[in-house]
Amino acid sequence: MTTQTASFAAAKTHGLAFILAMTVGVALLTVSGMAQATVLHDAAHDQRHAMAFPCH
Amino acid sequence: MTKNLLSSAVFAGLIAGLIAALLQFVFVIPLLLEGELYESGQRVHFLVDGMTQSEKGGPGLGNEWGRHLMTVAFNVVTYTGYGLLLVAAMGFARERTGLQITVQNGLIWGLCGFIAVQLAPAMGLPPELPGTPAAEVAPRQVWWIGTILATAIGLALIAFGRGVLVHAVALLLILMPHLFGAPHLDTYFGIAPPELSAEFATISLGVAAVGWCLLGYFSAYFLARGED
Repeated sequence: MTTQTASFAAAKTHGLAFILAMTVGVALLTVSGMAQATVLHDAAHDQRHAMAFPCH
Repeated sequence: MTKNLLSSAVFAGLIAGLIAALLQFVFVIPLLLEGELYESGQRVHFLVDGMTQSEKGGPGLGNEWGRHLMTVAFNVVTYTGYGLLLVAAMGFARERTGLQITVQNGLIWGLCGFIAVQLAPAMGLPPELPGTPAAEVAPRQVWWIGTILATAIGLALIAFGRGVLVHAVALLLILMPHLFGAPHLDTYFGIAPPELSAEFATISLGVAAVGWCLLGYFSAYFLARGED
């Protein structure tokens, strides 16, 4: 029983870890590839073209 | 687990981002800067004295260090972002299917990332030289994200799903965005020479393939190491 509870708890923590990693990942990609704010766009411009993000 | 996921993605993103940036400076950025000559009108294609030829050769990297430093920094941000998605998928697959993550299959994970994130969207929206007129950015971003999701889910179903029906659905999912079609303009503009645009598209895909292989390899390496 204890083992089962522990593994449930572990699975839940892992689930949160995956969600956290994906959220941070999407946030970084939004900044580096998607956001259209001029400052960001200009700074990331060459990299966006090189990585084939849909730029301006 | 959380720490292992985040640190694996950061280390792998840093290595892949730095090497990809280096390769971009050798192969991609010179073509991009040459394209900007046409974007700005410093060079004009097809109009010089009625001749179809235009001068060939890039202006070189120049001394815009600030600009190039930003390219390096944003490559690291982008590859770390993709790295986080990749390690989350690797960790999830390991937990659900018992699959061991190794550098060997890390390479396959990386290649599948390349197919989903670079190759499949490039079939509808080829990597663009600066100055290429294109449809509105918002619908292109929607198609781009949709294609990445459909391809990634399709590949995951082929890798982990069982049965002919599941695999058939996966293939249909991968095909769907291309049948639907990416947003395009009704006319061609051809501001830059077609040879330059084609070379830019293929070489940037090649460099991205190297970046994704490195990302998959090192994500798996750090993820497996952290669990010991």
